[in-house]
Amino acid sequence: MMKGPGFLLPLAGFLLLVAILAVGFRLEDPHLLPSQMLDRPLPAFSLPRLSDSSKVWSDKDVYGEIRLLNVWATWCPSCVHEHPELMRISQEEDISVLGINYNDDNAKALAWLQHYGDPFDLNISDHDGQLAIDLGVYGAPETFLVDAGGIIRYRHVGVLDQQVWTDILAPIVAELNRIDREG
Amino acid sequence: MIIELGHFAIILALAMSCCLAVLPTLGVYLQNPVLLRSGGSLAAGMFVFTLVSFICLTLGFVNDDFSIAYVARNSNDALPVYYKISAVWGAHEGSFLLWCLVMSSWTLAVSQFSQQLNDDMRARVLAVLGSLSIGFFLFLIFTSNPFERTLPFFPAQGADLNPLLQDFGLIVHPPLLYVGYVGLSVPFAFAIASLTSGQLDAAWARWSRPWTNIAWAFLTVGITLGSWWAYYELGWGGWWFWDAVENASFMPWLLATALVHSLAATEKRGVFRSWTVLLAISAFSFSLLGAFLVRSGVLTSVHAFAVDPERGVFILYYLVIVIGGSLLLYGLRVGEMRVSVGFGWKSRESFILANNLILTVAVVTVLLGTIYPLMYEWFMSGQKISVGPPYFNIVFVPLMLPLMALMALSSFSRWRKTAFRVLLRDQPLRLLISLGMTIFCCLLASTWNLWFLFVSLLCFWLIVNLLADARYRVGSHWLAGLLKQTPSYYGMWMAHIGIALSALGIVTTVILSEEIDVLMAPGDQQQMSGYEITFRGVTRVKGPNYSADRGAIEIRRQGELVEMLYPEKRLYVPSQNVMTEADISVNLWRDVYVALGESIGNQAWSVRVHIKPLVRWIWLGGVLIALGGFTTVLDRRYRNRKVIRARQPEPDPALHLSAG
Repeated sequence: MMKGPGFLLPLAGFLLLVAILAVGFRLEDPHLLPSQMLDRPLPAFSLPRLSDSSKVWSDKDVYGEIRLLNVWATWCPSCVHEHPELMRISQEEDISVLGINYNDDNAKALAWLQHYGDPFDLNISDHDGQLAIDLGVYGAPETFLVDAGGIIRYRHVGVLDQQVWTDILAPIVAELNRIDREG
Repeated sequence: MIIELGHFAIILALAMSCCLAVLPTLGVYLQNPVLLRSGGSLAAGMFVFTLVSFICLTLGFVNDDFSIAYVARNSNDALPVYYKISAVWGAHEGSFLLWCLVMSSWTLAVSQFSQQLNDDMRARVLAVLGSLSIGFFLFLIFTSNPFERTLPFFPAQGADLNPLLQDFGLIVHPPLLYVGYVGLSVPFAFAIASLTSGQLDAAWARWSRPWTNIAWAFLTVGITLGSWWAYYELGWGGWWFWDAVENASFMPWLLATALVHSLAATEKRGVFRSWTVLLAISAFSFSLLGAFLVRSGVLTSVHAFAVDPERGVFILYYLVIVIGGSLLLYGLRVGEMRVSVGFGWKSRESFILANNLILTVAVVTVLLGTIYPLMYEWFMSGQKISVGPPYFNIVFVPLMLPLMALMALSSFSRWRKTAFRVLLRDQPLRLLISLGMTIFCCLLASTWNLWFLFVSLLCFWLIVNLLADARYRVGSHWLAGLLKQTPSYYGMWMAHIGIALSALGIVTTVILSEEIDVLMAPGDQQQMSGYEITFRGVTRVKGPNYSADRGAIEIRRQGELVEMLYPEKRLYVPSQNVMTEADISVNLWRDVYVALGESIGNQAWSVRVHIKPLVRWIWLGGVLIALGGFTTVLDRRYRNRKVIRARQPEPDPALHLSAG
């Protein structure tokens, strides 16, 4: 027969569960991810283009324009989820969108773009994930906002939706454009 | 203006819930009859204001008011009007408003249909429901407000409802599921009220039972609908995925199932009181936990709402306060209320105990499988894994089989003690009949798969036992006998038959389904379990907010046309989402399920065809289980006030004298 304190066991079990959830929750919180790359230049790279692997792109080619760098892959279901917003941005917003195809198969990636539509001005094939590692990418999708000088201004982990665009990215882009005009 | 009215109304509803939490409680402690009875009107007020704000948001959707941020994100003027209305609960904020509406409806229902409770108990129960509502309203207003505007620059057009949700199943699935989830707050409130008042007796169990059964039945319908929706809408032909969110609804269901049974034992025999009250607390706790898992983004899933850490933190605090608080109360108070009532090991009580043990273990295994990925990530510094269906199938199925065997045997069990003679009478004959039926099915399906054989045998044994029990109870005058049975008995009988049918459906679908994935050009034919499947090409069609490639596929059996199927691949224009819309030829015995894959060029497509025998039985069984739950509530025991009043202390004769 259980004595008095035994009835507190459910409470103990529950507190353990809460501890797990709280820690798990903190891990999942995208706002707590270290953004050591913020306000630093894009890491140097030299990688083939997705559509034509004989042409190589490097960090220097990225400079000169404000760009969104979107890390994506065909194995990433959230990328499908995010895709409509990228399509919208590429059609409606005045910003260049670069794709970094991460740890992926070239043929599959091209078929994916054909199937869902291609929001990217250009795609880099990061087959071994070198660039992604240098950028500190946790997983796909992630999106980096890079200014004309090649400095990373913002990093968004997870699905990019219209709210993220209007609330966070669009104001930074507007600010960068203003500095650009005035400076 | 309308939307501001809605915003204002929800704030008033919050105020009402605060009063509902405080005033009746004060009434209990001050013994003030006015405060004690204030719960009914406060509950009505809370309901009316929540309803007003819900209607206001719905009007925002119907009138395409895209200045409301939530409407702009989840609607579009090309959306048909019934989807505009269902879009109200198509995303996090609005669905939580629906949750609040359901909560206040349950509170109102309790205040209206609990006349048999004494004022003290009624005030306590309503105060608990009011306190729970405060947290829900605060969460809605501060972290998930659907009434916010995007003025002055609002979009001219909305982003459209997620196409997955543009479907009949999704119009009805969330409301029913919420009615079930939130309904578990009623037995929770009864449990807390009886812990605080120290009145943990058979009357408490009798009050809780009908509410628990209704909530449980709604939860059953909700889960069944969700499974049916996933089957035809997700385009994979699967009907259960052990996805975190499905588990989040399944765990409270398992606990509520245990609760339905243990409440019966507590009411009839006064046993398992402390256990039953713990189950009542746990069942609702798990439905709150489910809300946390779905809405905080801790676990990723097809169902997950947008990740917002602020919401997760809020719900986590709420969980700690509500669940932690009630478990603390439980730990401190329940020890004082123990009564021991004996029963023999061959009694119905033992069967219920075993049922409860198995269901609880099942919940723990599902919970472990659901949060294991989190723990793994924690210990392995950020590495992610997922626990898939293999784990659940390995641990869950072996738990359910003994449960079915117990169910079969328990039909003849009696309270307190049952003689072996009664329990095992005619069992060899019944097993033989079930074995005959199983062998007949095996021959029919030409399979000797051991799982199929074993599970069908269990199902038939359960059915034969239930039939025999009904036959025995009804006796020789069968019309009179049928009328004599209580709704409780009918409900139990139906629910158990439902379990058997569901299990038969599951095992048959899992073992005997056939599936092919082939390239087909127009005119190509495939043979599959006696069906000839001919691809007749693809045409372009236009819907209200999508354009689609529609395939035409002929299903013939021995040359005779069974049905033409038209699966679609839709492109939803506003959101640019691609969706697969399967088409299914349905009958009671099998589904032929056809989905379009990719276009290969030259008008050839990859086509996926499943033939799924008895898959309908899974949901048919679910519906029967739920109907069983609803039927039990018709029992006169729960309505006949005279009987229950008679058990309460007689009114003081002195009062009558002074009144006269």
